[in-house]
Amino acid sequence: MKHLLSASDLSRDEAVLILDTAAAMAATQERAIKKLPTLRGRTVVNLFFEDSTRTRISFETAAKRLSADVINFSARGSSVSKGESLKDTALTLQAMGADAVVIRHQASGAPHVLAQSGWTRGAVLNAGDGTHQHPTQALLDAYTLRHHLVGLRAATDPVGRDLAGLDVVIVGDILHSRVARSNVELLHTLGATVTLVAPPTLVPVGVEPWPCAVSYDFDEVLDAGPDAVMMLRIQRERMVDGGFFPSPWEYTRNYGLDARRLARLPDHTIVLHPGPMNRGLEISADAADSPRAVIVEQVANGVAVRMAALYLLLTGADHMQGETE
Amino acid sequence: MTAYLLQGVRPLGGEPTDVLVGDGTILVIGATAAGTAEATEAERLDVSGLVLLPGLVDLHTHLREPGREDAETIASGSRAAALGGFTCVHAMANTLPVADTAGVVEQVWQLGRDAGYVDVRPVGAVTAGLGGERLAELGAMAQSHAAVRVFSDDGKCVADPVVMRRALEYAKAFDAVIAQHAQEPRLTTTAQMHEGQVSAELGLAGWPAVAEEAIVARDVLLAEHVGSRLHVLHLSTAGSVEIVRWAKTRGIDVTAEVTPHHLYLTDERVRSYDPVFKVNPPLRTAADVEAVRAGLADGTIDTVGTDHAPHPREDKDCEWAAAAFGMTGLETALSVVQAAMVDTGAMTWADVARVMSATPARIGRVGDQGRPLAVGEPANLTVVDPDARRVVVPADQATASVNTPFAGMELPGRVVATFLHGRPTVMDGRLVEPAT
Repeated sequence: MKHLLSASDLSRDEAVLILDTAAAMAATQERAIKKLPTLRGRTVVNLFFEDSTRTRISFETAAKRLSADVINFSARGSSVSKGESLKDTALTLQAMGADAVVIRHQASGAPHVLAQSGWTRGAVLNAGDGTHQHPTQALLDAYTLRHHLVGLRAATDPVGRDLAGLDVVIVGDILHSRVARSNVELLHTLGATVTLVAPPTLVPVGVEPWPCAVSYDFDEVLDAGPDAVMMLRIQRERMVDGGFFPSPWEYTRNYGLDARRLARLPDHTIVLHPGPMNRGLEISADAADSPRAVIVEQVANGVAVRMAALYLLLTGADHMQGETE
Repeated sequence: MTAYLLQGVRPLGGEPTDVLVGDGTILVIGATAAGTAEATEAERLDVSGLVLLPGLVDLHTHLREPGREDAETIASGSRAAALGGFTCVHAMANTLPVADTAGVVEQVWQLGRDAGYVDVRPVGAVTAGLGGERLAELGAMAQSHAAVRVFSDDGKCVADPVVMRRALEYAKAFDAVIAQHAQEPRLTTTAQMHEGQVSAELGLAGWPAVAEEAIVARDVLLAEHVGSRLHVLHLSTAGSVEIVRWAKTRGIDVTAEVTPHHLYLTDERVRSYDPVFKVNPPLRTAADVEAVRAGLADGTIDTVGTDHAPHPREDKDCEWAAAAFGMTGLETALSVVQAAMVDTGAMTWADVARVMSATPARIGRVGDQGRPLAVGEPANLTVVDPDARRVVVPADQATASVNTPFAGMELPGRVVATFLHGRPTVMDGRLVEPAT
């Protein structure tokens, strides 16, 4: 595997290998000296066409912990806004000798264009493209699910294991969510059962072939006792102006995770959120701060998972199974 | 006078015969052609076994001039048209400035005459500046030297029902037709591709079939109400085929067009995120392709129009959302129709002549194009070798742009010769410079 563009690029074994590698990386992060020499002399470019301080810092931390040189490139303009084109930006970075390009872009498919164009010879790592994919987010979610629900729950080492048998519920703006698309594919690949919950206006037309169930009734899904509930961020402005639902209050009543709904869940159920949260909209303070919430842990796991992805892409393509490139 | 004797050619794919062309007309058809006085002076072309069609007529071409000569000029687009077997193209109005005055349509018409490869018939804008709000001076354009008979805001929909009603009514005075780009704008504000299973997966904003069908349904009812003729451009969905079929059974004076790419490509192509497949209306599903093929075969769809839409390289060399909508098509249209309709057995070459020449000429009120292959008729002719196969190489095309979705594909058929009013514009598959 030369690039990581989509969760669907990963076979079950490849995904488990990334999670296992991330576990090894996480173990090193317990040490006083966290830095590993693995990618010394390699250059990782964070090419961010869309603001995302959290994701950029996560990738930057991951690359630095592996001793890579990191260049942060915030391309304010894009060819959409008639700034520098993706092509010219990519050619510039290539001239600087990028070994890997971590790209975040508001246009779905931009990482694919970059990977297929020949504009860069480096590995392309998708850090979120439009409403399409965000594979490292899905990997860190899978890592977090595995750590809690396979490892801690059974008091075993989850290395080598997938997510077979787990029920995961993803709630919110599925239509515009790259997190949902990536998670549906990856969690299915890893053997979990996924149920999407949203008002019908936020479920894409054409969802039928996705390997998941779809429900409009959050309470009914919660009563089935899922192992994990993942709440997606609702963009207040987009939602109300777009007329996707009548008001934020109605959304919260029907699809928000609050103390009342939290109390219906089995004891072992965990709560995830990719951040940043809208407290009081899709998740109440009670839910966000409850012991079930693993939201801060997701952030820490993000660094370990991105270390693993960079490591495998830059040094160990031949370690990956199912290689196609 | 230079005469040409086409030996052994098969008119409309029928029995081989000889056809003598001279003085801009078809002089003789049959075995006696070689023995006539004119034939002794004639240039003899061995085209035995090849198919003779009336010169192709496109109701839907973007020649980009004036304004976007970086994408295409009337001269370069005319050469592409001749190589594709066309003898007449209608140049859409969305130029810079917009073709919404007699001055601009006469300029386009004159540049077409100067180029000399095809008859260029300007299409006039329906509304001033394609703004959709008030009618352009349709009368001035109709009465100009360009004698416009097709009006369209193509690229934009005449969305306001009152404006559309007025346009349909007003055009009757000139026996003109309103050619509608059927796209409900509110349902497609951010649209990037067909809305369905592929868009859901790719995370690209959807262009729902209903946004086309709602306008087609409204417009056929408006055309019925005011007794006007309506032409539906680039019809792309199974539902639109059904609506037009219903309208025709009601006796509504509607005609419909399909593009070659909607006969051949589906939204599955978008999985590559290659903007060469970005077009408006978007590539639809396999079921839609089946439906438009069936509609074309049974006469529900009347014409094939290329929607030849050249764009400069930088407008396609980018991420999908930033790319322009549109594909070139003049030099591949006949091959794609052969592949989709003739080689599949759905249509004959006579049917091809109907949908790519006779009917578009009739809709556009072009009197000397799309005529039968008969003695005394204007010699606008296309000779095609249906057994040839070729791989599409964008850089080898005459169009000034390279945004063909058929790049690298092998297609059947090759235009061997094209005659415009008796004069060859293409011989042996190569352009013939017009005499000045």
